[in-house]
Amino acid sequence: MSEQPYEHQSENPSPHDHNDQKTLSQKNAASYWQANLRLLAKLLAIWFALSFGCGILLVDWLDQFTFFGFKLGFWIAQQGAIYVFVALIFIYAWRIQIIERQYGVDDDAEDSSV
Amino acid sequence: MSTQLLTYLFVGASFALYIGIAIWSRAGSTKDFYVAGGGVHPVVNGMATAADWMSAASFISMAGIISFMGRDGSVYLLGWTGGYVLLALLLAPYLRKFGRFTVPDFIGERYYSKTARIVAVICLIFVSFTYVAGQMRGVGIVFSRFLEVEVETGVIIGMAVVFMYAVLGGMKGITYTQVAQYCVLIFAYMVPAIFISIMITGNPIPQLGFGSEVADGSGLSVLEKLDGLLSDLGFGNYTEGSKSTIDVFAITAALMFGTAGLPHVLVRFFTVPKVSDARKSAGYALAFIAILYTTAPAVASFARLNLVDTVHNTSYEQAPQWFSNWENTGLVGWQDKNNDGLMQYSAGADNEVTIDRDIMVLANPEIADLPGWVIALVAAGGVAAALSTAAGLLLVISSSVSHDLLKQTLMPAITEKQELLFARIAAAVAVCIAGLFGIYPPAFVAQVVAFAFGLAAASLFPAILLGIFSKRVNKEGAIAGMLLGLVFTFSYIVYFKFVSPELNSAEHWWLGISPEGIGFIGMLLNIGVAFGVSRFYAPPPAEVQNLVDNIRIPSGAAIAQSH
Repeated sequence: MSEQPYEHQSENPSPHDHNDQKTLSQKNAASYWQANLRLLAKLLAIWFALSFGCGILLVDWLDQFTFFGFKLGFWIAQQGAIYVFVALIFIYAWRIQIIERQYGVDDDAEDSSV
Repeated sequence: MSTQLLTYLFVGASFALYIGIAIWSRAGSTKDFYVAGGGVHPVVNGMATAADWMSAASFISMAGIISFMGRDGSVYLLGWTGGYVLLALLLAPYLRKFGRFTVPDFIGERYYSKTARIVAVICLIFVSFTYVAGQMRGVGIVFSRFLEVEVETGVIIGMAVVFMYAVLGGMKGITYTQVAQYCVLIFAYMVPAIFISIMITGNPIPQLGFGSEVADGSGLSVLEKLDGLLSDLGFGNYTEGSKSTIDVFAITAALMFGTAGLPHVLVRFFTVPKVSDARKSAGYALAFIAILYTTAPAVASFARLNLVDTVHNTSYEQAPQWFSNWENTGLVGWQDKNNDGLMQYSAGADNEVTIDRDIMVLANPEIADLPGWVIALVAAGGVAAALSTAAGLLLVISSSVSHDLLKQTLMPAITEKQELLFARIAAAVAVCIAGLFGIYPPAFVAQVVAFAFGLAAASLFPAILLGIFSKRVNKEGAIAGMLLGLVFTFSYIVYFKFVSPELNSAEHWWLGISPEGIGFIGMLLNIGVAFGVSRFYAPPPAEVQNLVDNIRIPSGAAIAQSH
């Protein structure tokens, strides 16, 4: 997965140091949303390929390979997919936070111990 | 000490703990009652979500179902975990940013319509009540099997405990009791699983033992041996499926999208302080759930292997101890059809052994020769799993009545104190109705619990998803979509399950999709109709479009909620 180029940061400086706050923050919000949708598309493609693709549609074909004593398709359907699901959520939480900081829409400064 | 006494002790101690937590964490405001004050740590919320999610069905029945379904059992494993990816990526962060109290709150405001809110309340109550009735029944059954009290007495005791902490503590009480319940249930699940894994494969980690060689010197792996034994007895291979691919696809999809649309799970993400916490919290929740969900298929294969190995062609006098122990509960049975004194187990008409799927988890401690306290622990774990889910469901029912129906629709003039009182009354009434369902289960309850997912997938999930990701879908589209999804899915299920159950087989199903999987088609119809109908009416007003812009941006959630 390619990272958002860091130049964006200089193009879209944090809205707080500018006079025309509203337009800039709206522009940032729109670019942030596009970046978010691209990231979602990548992660959901993995989610679909693994669960519906490998776990269901290709399961019989994958079963010809062995993986640590399992038939591969069977292992993905009953074990592997679940591990990847957990990883996908944490990868999203990590990547989206980087993107948010880039566009200045993160919630880092907010009090998490209300 | 006898096992019986230990069981009373363990279950009693866990109840005392839950009630203690409830008294310590009483709710003082509607915000406490609905969303635990909004300040729950993401790991704590993750653990509470895991307990909320894993019901009596996950704890007691799932491994047994997989045990008898083999690879087809993957639909539950994939469906009930994959939904969390959708929840974490597509719904939870935005609902947290929206930051109100209930799922109908979101639908009502995003679709600027009281009708939409009421339709959402109807969907929610429908989904949640079918689900909760099964939980109360589960509490009753665990009581009757382990404590040898009547199912009715068990349900009443369970109701009293849920009443204590759901009515007093609301979401705040539920959150902290669910954390305790998660610890009890996961420990109770893992201890027997680890010992069974050691007994069968010599490997203490069930997830690895699942792929290891059987420790009997045969050199075969667990699954190879199981495939061989089962095909000799006329069953299909354990690692091969018998359902059609399209049906497996549709059932998995219905369970996944349904999981993401279940109100009692969604509402848990209103309780964390900010948007980034909601995402992490969903990750922790799935990690906690995955511990049980990756163990369950291993337990399923060990238990089936052990069953065939120790029961088939064994003389009745030499039946394993657990078999005789559970025979008087009716969960296992033997009928000597050919009068040879041996127990024949097979797929054909000469089968002499009847086995209830629940036995696969319930009898585990005895199969692995574990001491009485482990049996007591499994009882406490089963009760914890059922109670935690029941409480979460009762809470969303009561908050949708007091908040969405009364405060937001019928009686907007009531004060916060009155609203809180109504919330408690609604919770109390819901507990009693759920209890009645548990004691006098209508014939349909057991059958429809699984369909709660299809209904959630076809009604609530698309409305929330489109509300976030489309600015064009308006109230007309959303209402038409939800109603069509709900009515279509409901009718298909009712037709094949109750009107013409004799037609409930693959050749009569539409597109070869069973009633379990039809929620997926209902969801697609909902989305199609929502877009189609929206085109004919005006786009949502500017303030709603601004609301959508606002929930898409993570910053500002902590401030938004105190409004």
